[in-house]
Amino acid sequence: MSGPIVAGKPVGMEVSIAIAEAAKLADVDIVAAYPITPQTHIVEHLAEIVADGDLDAEFIPVESEHSAMSVCCGTSAAGARTFTATSSQGLALMHEILFIASALRLPIVMAVANRALSGPINIWNDHSDVMANRDAGWVQVFAENGQESLDLTIWAFRLAEDKRVSLPVMVNFDGFMLSHVVEPVTLPDAETVRKFLPPFEPLQRLDVDAPRSLGPVGIPDIYTEAKKAQLQVLLDSYGPILETWGAFEKAFGRRYRPVETYRADDAEILMLTMGGLGETAMSVVDERRAKGEKVGLVRIRLWRPFPFDEFRKAVAKCKALAVLDRAISFGGPMGPVASEVKAALYADAHRPLIVEFVVGLGGRDVTFADFHRMWDETAAAARAGKAPAPRMVGLRE
Amino acid sequence: MSAQRETTTRSERPALTPLTRGNPAALDVFSARLLPREDYFSAGHRACQGCAEALAVRLIHKVLGRNTIVATATGCMEIISSSYPDTAWKIPWMHVAFENAAAVGSGIEAGLRVLMRKGRLPKRRITVVAMGGDGATADIGLQALSGMLERGHKMIYVCYDNEAYMNTGIQRSGTTPFGASTTTSPAGRVSIGQQTWKKPMPAICAAHGIPYVATVNPSYPLDLAEKVRRAQKANGPAYLHVYAACPTGWRLAPDLAIEIGRLAVETGVAPLYEIVDGRLRLTCPTPKLRPLVEYLRPQGRFRHLLSEDHKDELAVIQARVAAEYAELERRAAEDARR
Repeated sequence: MSGPIVAGKPVGMEVSIAIAEAAKLADVDIVAAYPITPQTHIVEHLAEIVADGDLDAEFIPVESEHSAMSVCCGTSAAGARTFTATSSQGLALMHEILFIASALRLPIVMAVANRALSGPINIWNDHSDVMANRDAGWVQVFAENGQESLDLTIWAFRLAEDKRVSLPVMVNFDGFMLSHVVEPVTLPDAETVRKFLPPFEPLQRLDVDAPRSLGPVGIPDIYTEAKKAQLQVLLDSYGPILETWGAFEKAFGRRYRPVETYRADDAEILMLTMGGLGETAMSVVDERRAKGEKVGLVRIRLWRPFPFDEFRKAVAKCKALAVLDRAISFGGPMGPVASEVKAALYADAHRPLIVEFVVGLGGRDVTFADFHRMWDETAAAARAGKAPAPRMVGLRE
Repeated sequence: MSAQRETTTRSERPALTPLTRGNPAALDVFSARLLPREDYFSAGHRACQGCAEALAVRLIHKVLGRNTIVATATGCMEIISSSYPDTAWKIPWMHVAFENAAAVGSGIEAGLRVLMRKGRLPKRRITVVAMGGDGATADIGLQALSGMLERGHKMIYVCYDNEAYMNTGIQRSGTTPFGASTTTSPAGRVSIGQQTWKKPMPAICAAHGIPYVATVNPSYPLDLAEKVRRAQKANGPAYLHVYAACPTGWRLAPDLAIEIGRLAVETGVAPLYEIVDGRLRLTCPTPKLRPLVEYLRPQGRFRHLLSEDHKDELAVIQARVAAEYAELERRAAEDARR
C-alpha cells in the first residue's frame, strides 16, 4: 500500500486490502492464518500493518489451516478478538474444527474468498468451498462487492461477540472476482467503528480465577440437548442480526437485509443469486426492464441461519424463480441452494416454478448473454408451466 | 503372578542424581514431603485401575499449580476427565480435537500474551500446557506440535506416551515399541507384532532448538517434579515426554504399573534425561542395565517375544536398547565437557 487511506471518502482499493483494513478498524487482537490463493492478500496486508506497529495484535503464522482454526479456538477462548481468512482447500482442511468452534460458541470472524475445491485443482471462484461447510453452525453471509465485504467484516465482530449470539461468523466474498479487484470503497473512521464495536467481553473465557472446562465429552444422555441448544442459539441469532444491521445503518448509513431484492416487487420472473453475480444480474434486470419485461432479482445475503420468512415473502408473488448455484451436490439434487429453496417452499400453497442453473464453476465467466439465456429459458418454462431439468450453463458438450 | 513379582523385587536401585548437581540455577528441589498437597486433576475421574498416565497428570499439575491453563487432545485423559457435567479439572481446561492440542495451546498462550500487553488482562505468570497421548503427539498431531515449537510459544507440551492408541482399543502408534503386540500390529504366525522402532519424539522436539526437553516417569516422582518446574521456567517452548504405563493396553497387572516404570529405566528401555539448551544430561544414570527380559516378562504385549521362536529378534532388541543407551551416555559425557 502506498500513501495514507482517507476515511469517509471512496477510494480505489483492492477488496482484499479493504477486508484487512476492516479487521484493523475492528482492532483485532489476533490474526492466525495460512497462505492460500486467493485469500492471501488479506493476511499479507494484516501482517504488514502489524509489522509496522499500526495494529497492536499478534500475527500467528501457523503451519496449516487446520492449525489456523485451532489456534483461533484457543485465542478466542482466552478472550482475544480473533480474525482469520481462508479459501477452498484451506476451508476444507478447517472443516473438522469449524463445527467445534461453533459448538464451543467462540466468536471468531473469518473471511472466505470463495474458490473451487479440487480436483482438478483450480484456484478460481465458485461456491463449492462454503457449500461443503454450510452445516458447520456458523453464521454465514455473502458480500457482493468491495464495500459490502468491508462492511460485513466490521459488522461480523459486532454480531459474533453479541452475548446473545457468541457464535463464529463467516463472511463470504468471491475469490478473484472480488478479492483481487480494485473497487471504490469508503473506509469508516476509526472512532465510529469504536463506538459501533465495543471491546470484546467474552461470554466465557479460560480464567485461572474462575476455572471452567470447555469442550467436555457429551455422552448420548446429553448430546441431543447440547445440539438443540446450539441450534436454538443460531436460530435466535436472527433477531440480533437484524438489530445489529440496524445499528450498522445508523452508524455508517448503509443498509443490509437477510434477503435483498432488486426491482422485484411486481416481477413475474425472479432470479436468485448469492455473492458477486448479483451485480451483473442487476444490470441485466435493468436491460430487460427497459424492454418492458417484469423481471427482478432476489439475493440471499444471510445464508445461515437461512431467512425462511423473508425469502418466502420475497418470492411470494412471482410465477417463476431461476436459482443460480455455484456448486454441485454430487449425486443429489444438482445445486445446494436450489434444493434448499425448494425445500423452503414445499409446504407453501403458492410455489413459483423453480428453474435451476449451475453457473460459474471454477472461475468460468457468466456473461450478460448467459444471464439473458437463463431469463429466456425461465420465462419459457413459466409459459409452459413445467421446469426443465437442472442445467449447467456454458457447458461444452 | 508370584513369579512376576519375584522378578521385580530387588534390593539395589540406581541412585538419582539430584538436578541441582551441576545446575546451581535449579533452586527447586523436591522431596516427597515438600510436594504440594493441592491437586488440580482431582479424584473421581474414570481412568482404569493402575493408570500411570493419570498419576503423571496429577503429579505434573501438582507442580504447575493453580495458575495453569490446559489444552488437551482427544484421548484417554480427555474422556476420563471431562464427561459432561462432571470434570476432574480444577483449573481452566479446553478440549477441541485430536490433532490440535499444540495449536489450541499456542492460541491460548498468544491470546493471553496480547491481552496482557494491551492492558486488557492484568500482567501475571500463567502457565499454558498442551497435552496429548502418543498418537496425538507423534502421529496425527506432529505437525501442530512442530508448528508450536518452531513459532516459539512460551508454553509446555506434555506427551503422555503409553505406546499405543489405548482410548480406541490398543492400536499401534508411531511410538509402539518394536515387537509389541497391539490390535493393529498383532503378533501372529508370520508376524512378531509391531515391526517398526519407536519414533524418537524427544530428539525430534530437541531438534527444533527449544530450550527444554525432558523425559519423565511417574515412578520417579521427584525427578518428574523437578523437570516439570524447569519446563515451567523455560524461556520458550518446553517438551516433556512422559513414560506412562498402561496396564490395560500392556496386559500388565495394575499393581505393577509403578514397578514397570522403574524397570523401564533400569533396563534402559526408557532412560531419564533432560536436554537443556541442547545439552543432554542423564538424570538417572544406569551404568549397568538390567536384562531386557525383566521388563518384557510381566507384560502380555511382549510375552510372545520370550518364546524360543523369537530368540534372535529378542537379541536384536536387547542390542538396540543397549546401543541407544550407550549413545545417550556418550552424548551426555560429550555435552558435560562442552
